Amino acid sequence: MALAVYGTGLSSRLMLGTAQYPSPAVLAEAVKASGAGIVTVSLRREGAGGESGGRFWALIRELGVRVLPNTAGCHSVKEAVTTARMAREVFRTDWIKLEVIGHHDTLQPDVFGLVEAARLLAAEGFSVFPYTTDDLVVGERLLEAGCQVLMPWCAPIGSAKGPVNIDGLKAYRAHFADIPLIIDAGLGRPSHAAAVMELGFDGVLLNTAVAKAGDPVRMAEAFAQAVEAGRLAFEAGPLEPRDMAVPSTPLIGRAVFS
Amino acid sequence: MHVLVKGAGVAGLAVAHELAARGAHVTVIEKSASVGGGASWLAGGMLAPWCERESAEADVIRLGHDAARWWEEALPGTVTFNGTLVLAPPRDTAELRRFASRTEGYRWLNGEEIAALEPDLAGRFHTGLFFDPEAHLDPRKALTRLQAKLEAMGVRFLFDRTEALGNERFDRIVDCTGFAAASALPDLRGVRGEMLYLETREVTLSRPVRLIHPRFPLYIVPRGGGRFMVGATMIESTDSGPVTARSMMELLNASYALHPAFGEARILEAGAGVRPAFPDNMPKVAEKGGTIFVNGFYRHGFLLAPALARQAAGVILTDISRETQSDEAHRQRASA
Repeated sequence: MALAVYGTGLSSRLMLGTAQYPSPAVLAEAVKASGAGIVTVSLRREGAGGESGGRFWALIRELGVRVLPNTAGCHSVKEAVTTARMAREVFRTDWIKLEVIGHHDTLQPDVFGLVEAARLLAAEGFSVFPYTTDDLVVGERLLEAGCQVLMPWCAPIGSAKGPVNIDGLKAYRAHFADIPLIIDAGLGRPSHAAAVMELGFDGVLLNTAVAKAGDPVRMAEAFAQAVEAGRLAFEAGPLEPRDMAVPSTPLIGRAVFS
Repeated sequence: MHVLVKGAGVAGLAVAHELAARGAHVTVIEKSASVGGGASWLAGGMLAPWCERESAEADVIRLGHDAARWWEEALPGTVTFNGTLVLAPPRDTAELRRFASRTEGYRWLNGEEIAALEPDLAGRFHTGLFFDPEAHLDPRKALTRLQAKLEAMGVRFLFDRTEALGNERFDRIVDCTGFAAASALPDLRGVRGEMLYLETREVTLSRPVRLIHPRFPLYIVPRGGGRFMVGATMIESTDSGPVTARSMMELLNASYALHPAFGEARILEAGAGVRPAFPDNMPKVAEKGGTIFVNGFYRHGFLLAPALARQAAGVILTDISRETQSDEAHRQRASA
């Protein structure tokens, strides 16, 4: 079953960030190995946009995948909205991954500013992908603001901790049963990605876990396989854990040798 | 043989040195009024291939491990062989393990060993990495001294110009103009870097200290006389305008984290420049339209210029001797 967001079918459930790779050449190989159909790009971090980052933007465009610009590094509604408008000019897309950072150190989203910025941008015709926490009420407000997809974290950005609140993520999935949900931030290893995909999340977005790996290209491939395995497992219907051992072969009718 | 070298940054001067040392007649032209008008003047001057390997291709070690020896032989007394210290705030020691796992040539230090190397850091850091074989130099001194040495070797320098005199003929042209060559090299991009010079008498360091930072390798290099160079950001941009507030804040924050006395240091200089880089962030020697380009040094000008200059000189002098041989063969055939 293919994933569709804002009316666009996605070829892969894995999305990659483009920051912190050893070089653009390694980035290009990692994107290829991951099979990702979407990459995110930080406009604010990588120069002032326009001509100045021209060659790097050109390299990104040459990857032949859809670009989802983000507002990483924005700490206010105004900054995020301005950056989104700039991104629309540079990349000619209405898609925007919205980040409004509330805390400099932990990079926790400012969910109040996030909802406000999402409302402003949706009204301007943007397709907003909000980076949020696993708070259900904030998720509802974002949908009311016009978002058609939610991107909850599973742990703080760059922490590599993996899902720290499994029950919270299960509740999130159950509460937003019909909304595309993409886990954004906090994944460290392929097993983390497989775990959240098994819970039924629709996709994952990664950056540091691949970019800072010893071999980013092979790690990208490992994540691609984990995401696929996790999705397949979800669709196949995994067992729920039980409190005691259950024999895997029937006992009745078994020969008795004693 | 007469070779024209365009650009008097670290690449141009290293190429000129290799060529002149092998007997070529060399002219260097430079668009600025003096040597180091571009990115080289803002460099850290760390000859640290093992540290750089953390985020660079393995070739950085192969091409860079002789750099310190090259500079010391070319300019005796210029290089300080004191190694590199890599530190992290207590909260980020996991990052030190990650750094170590990406490279080699280090040993782990505890707090006492750190204090033995850098007494002013006593009690401030409890674990770190020491890259003993690494070295550093002062890029500005090195460039100025290399120019003086080249002039003494007979190399001619022409400043404030981008072309040689119209009537001069050269056997070869080598372009070492960094990001200015971008129009001729379509895969060359610019990576903005920002740095500061600080001055304080309250801290003494004997070697470059790198502080683990989430986004760019942050380092403080002692320049002597109470001066420190703090660098350097890495931003995918060709903007060489003044340092931004955010970058200055991050550079100052790191200095302050290393030692609070940097809070009282004077800011002598805040500079920004554009590093030339190819997609793999490694330099190369490339021939195009009759010109030999030595470019793409990215963050590794002083580290990799010696190896690439040797390569370039090899290419230039082999080509010439091959042409001389084929001229010779042609003459012999013609006279036969």
